[in-house]
Amino acid sequence: MPNLEHPAYPAADLLHLESLVPCRESQVSMLLSIFGERQQFSFPSIFIYGHTSSGKTYVMQTLLTTLQLPHVFVNCVEYFTSRLLLEEILIQLQSCSGTEQVSPVRCDTLNDFVRLFKQALATRELQDQTLYIVLDRAEQLREMEANILPAFLRLQELTDRNVTVVLLSEIVWELFRPTIGCFEPFTMYFPDYSIGHLQKILSQNHPPEYSADFYAAYINILLGVFYMVCRDLKELRHLAALNFAKYCEPVVRGEANERDTRKLWKNIEPHLKKAMQTVYLREISSSQWERLQHDGGEPGQLKGLSAHTHVELPYYSKFLLIAAYLASYNPVRTDKRFFLKHHGKIRKTNFMKKHEKTSNHLLGPKPFPLDRLLAILYSIVDNRVAPTANIFSQITSLVTLQLLSMVGQNDQLDGPRYKCTVSLDFIRAIAR
Amino acid sequence: AHDFRSTSHDSEDTELRFVTCQSLWNQIKSETEQIQEDLNKQLLDNLVSFLSRSHSDFQEKTTKWTCRMKFREIPTAALVLGVNVTDHDLTFRGLSDVLQDNITPYVALLEAKDCPGIKNLMQKLMGQLMNCDVEVDSLEDEDCVQVSQNRIRCSMPSLISWYESVTKETDSETPSKKRNSSSRHWQSPPVVVIFKDMESFTTKVLQDFIVISSQHIHELPLVLIFGIATSPMIIHRLLPHSVSSLLCIELFQSLSCKEHLSTIIDKLLLTSRFPFKLGEKVLQVLINIFLYHDFSVQNFIKGFQLCIVEHFYSQPLSVLCCHLADLKKRVYSLSHDQCENIRRLPSFRRYVEKQESGKQIELLTNDSFLKEETEKLLEDLHVYHENYVSVLRCLHVFTSSLPKYPLGKQIRELHCACLENQVWETEEYESSLQLARMLNKTDLVSMLQQCVEILMSSSGKEFDKSVEKLKEFLTQFQNLEAEASQERDVSGSSQKELQKKTDLYHLQKTLLELKESRRSKKLTKFEMLRFEVVDYIDRLVRKYLVPADNRTLHEIVYFNAATVLRGHLNAAPRTALHTALNNPHWYLKNQALKCDGGGISNKAPDICIVYKLHLECGRLINLVDWLEAFSTVVMAGEEPNAAAASSDQVDDIIHARFIRAVSELELLGFIKPSKQKTDHVARLTWGGC
Repeated sequence: MPNLEHPAYPAADLLHLESLVPCRESQVSMLLSIFGERQQFSFPSIFIYGHTSSGKTYVMQTLLTTLQLPHVFVNCVEYFTSRLLLEEILIQLQSCSGTEQVSPVRCDTLNDFVRLFKQALATRELQDQTLYIVLDRAEQLREMEANILPAFLRLQELTDRNVTVVLLSEIVWELFRPTIGCFEPFTMYFPDYSIGHLQKILSQNHPPEYSADFYAAYINILLGVFYMVCRDLKELRHLAALNFAKYCEPVVRGEANERDTRKLWKNIEPHLKKAMQTVYLREISSSQWERLQHDGGEPGQLKGLSAHTHVELPYYSKFLLIAAYLASYNPVRTDKRFFLKHHGKIRKTNFMKKHEKTSNHLLGPKPFPLDRLLAILYSIVDNRVAPTANIFSQITSLVTLQLLSMVGQNDQLDGPRYKCTVSLDFIRAIAR
Repeated sequence: AHDFRSTSHDSEDTELRFVTCQSLWNQIKSETEQIQEDLNKQLLDNLVSFLSRSHSDFQEKTTKWTCRMKFREIPTAALVLGVNVTDHDLTFRGLSDVLQDNITPYVALLEAKDCPGIKNLMQKLMGQLMNCDVEVDSLEDEDCVQVSQNRIRCSMPSLISWYESVTKETDSETPSKKRNSSSRHWQSPPVVVIFKDMESFTTKVLQDFIVISSQHIHELPLVLIFGIATSPMIIHRLLPHSVSSLLCIELFQSLSCKEHLSTIIDKLLLTSRFPFKLGEKVLQVLINIFLYHDFSVQNFIKGFQLCIVEHFYSQPLSVLCCHLADLKKRVYSLSHDQCENIRRLPSFRRYVEKQESGKQIELLTNDSFLKEETEKLLEDLHVYHENYVSVLRCLHVFTSSLPKYPLGKQIRELHCACLENQVWETEEYESSLQLARMLNKTDLVSMLQQCVEILMSSSGKEFDKSVEKLKEFLTQFQNLEAEASQERDVSGSSQKELQKKTDLYHLQKTLLELKESRRSKKLTKFEMLRFEVVDYIDRLVRKYLVPADNRTLHEIVYFNAATVLRGHLNAAPRTALHTALNNPHWYLKNQALKCDGGGISNKAPDICIVYKLHLECGRLINLVDWLEAFSTVVMAGEEPNAAAASSDQVDDIIHARFIRAVSELELLGFIKPSKQKTDHVARLTWGGC
């Protein structure tokens, strides 16, 4: 029962297309009806959004290539300046219009772009077809010049050619809309894949050596473990491929047959749980994981990235960091009480309780001036510390190591202010 | 950098000193480089094998199911190098050399300060990669033209097309001349991008770069290397999961800098290969800077270099600080002035005083006799070093295994203790001997064996007897085992006797006897032997570990000017500034400025007066009061009646001087204009300095 029907395109192509885009049939048919026939003018700009790996890019790409619609596909992260972006569009245009010689183009402004774009379209053989320009990761457009986004939205009008701009993004249109107003694109939402969808898509390409049912059962177990934490299709597929060898192990050794689901589940489940704690978090790399699997070793012997938290610091750097931590998390007025030998008597605590209900650790670090840091340093280090150039350079190097951060980039003479960015655990480890 | 010639006249062998200094430094430099290379070898080998593994499937183009399904991650090496950032450069240089020799000609080193944005990063990257290509086959001029053309469009596709053209080139034209260079690399060598200081890169740049390159990983075999100074957790802090999941990160850890330093000290200082030695205080300064401030081995070596230069520069007799082979010639070619220099050395004067009167006169008047004596003394000093190092190592074998390490865990601490004063007089030494007397047998035997090995390998000739003695101890320990069983029988019999006695009186008596005997129990043979061993070691220590200060002519080879070194290496700008302003006599050496205690002299420069006055103020300083005080101080020296006449009206010149002084203070960063109160400035410093 084909869902996709459109008079302009051959039924065979549509059927093929449908098999390629499982669980996205309704979106595709919607797009098809917007696109209309090849020569018909379409909506000037279409904005498609949806969560990570909800198939936006993939659907667009398959749709355009299977139906052989003329298109230009550009990733905005990759072409990070407007010039690169515009030039890339023009270059792709040249190559898809069939010109053999791809000559470098120079295009600095949108004005040039419109002119060159018209030229390029004029030389094309397929003048009567709609050209699609797909801008992937379109949120990057906001960081370019202010005229880029509005211009792309009404490119059809500006160039007076049959062109449709499709923007793909992970965030909603409301975050794009420029304040000065612009042409509103047709917005379209790609919902997340449900667990059923994921199961269907993942089971689709099973390895040739094993039956589809066997693989589907494996995917079922995999999703049972990972669905709670990860719905990213790409990531899931990667994990499936990584762990499949382990799943097949009993079958290969002849201890179980393909139908022995329970036995297979018992074999794979702890393994997958371990994978969730390590590979999925990139604590250990996929290739290390594979080697471990291959050698049959315990994953325990490989320490993950976060196992190496200890940082060795020079003596005074340690004290500087501790002093910075104290300065960041203690209010100024307690300094006298904590760091002076002959402080006054501690007042009744009623007054303090009222204000210090919330823990300072929940409020985050507060900035402190350099002088306070040094004063605390002098009082926590036992012997006398000379304020040498080395001490000051150590503060700067702590900043470059991102253990401290400088607040406000104002004049150094004004007394620089810092914040301590490390956690209590880190300080504890250092203070030992 | 060191201009010896201009400063002193030629009778002090300046030329020769300069040459000696340079050759010594060159030796030490090559030695340290060698050490560094050896230490990094393990790390580099691991990295190279990782890199060669990382893109092994790139050429194969496997169509296996798992490969198709798996996401292509960018192979990434997280290189944890420790916080001593200054040392990293050398490691990276070594790394990129090794990579270029073994794996790939395409290595790019990126630094955070060059890459504030993704655009700069790409520019830098492409510049480095394409330039390196030009270097590899520098014959083709067309290539250079193409490079400059390409630089206009710095995007990934142009990089890829460059890569394709380069690899194709080497594929197609591997004729005779290029075979050597290209056969070391494979057909498509990976492109290695090294991020030197991962921490300083902004999140966005890294993210963008990783996202872009992961899209082209199929066309461009990229490998990333992150240089990490703190901990690998920084990767997770900088990169969100969506980005870090594009990477295939493996961790590599370099040797800790403390171990590195230990090796350096071991190979440079605790050896008789180099005639130059560091005194205790100087060594302490260098080690303190390392441990307290920067953890940088490079800085330690730089400090060592400074010591060498300073020694050869300031000590005219350092010309004798050379290898034993050259010594004789140099001693006999000493000028009269130099002989006088020798006579002036404190250690030599002490030596002379100990001699009988006839020899004293000879030493003080006869140059050639002095030279003979000097040669002998210097040879003695050399022998002393050889013995010192060996015995020090032996002692370290003992002290390093004692609980709580009373003499320090590292050999450098022991070395410092021995240099400082007579180590056997310290409490720590006493307590370590006490502890050593309680060692168990297996430990003791293994230590003795180690000592024998150390003494055997040393070049000193005096140790033959010691080695024999130690070996004798070892055989005695072995003999003990046989006797031990007998002793057990003896104690067993006394137990039996105890059981035999039944009546109360006898029991009490025997018990008392047993107690008595236990108190004054005779030492077992093992214990006797243990005492002997420890005493023997003690004798060795007393004989050989005499502090160098007690040796005659130690000034020639030991550099002891710790204060000079500290002034150079651990500068205290704030203290210096305070001294200059508070006590101008210190720097200006003008007698008039010599002030007594807290008083303010009116002859001091204006800025000093203003500075001293401002020290008495609180956080906010009233300019009018300040000016008042300033004019009082300045006028104090002049005739009182003139001052009285214009007491309410401050002289214009004084006013101008005051304003200039205050603005100078502002320039130096002591005060700044305040917006809180009119006519007030805020102090930016507190306390005395």
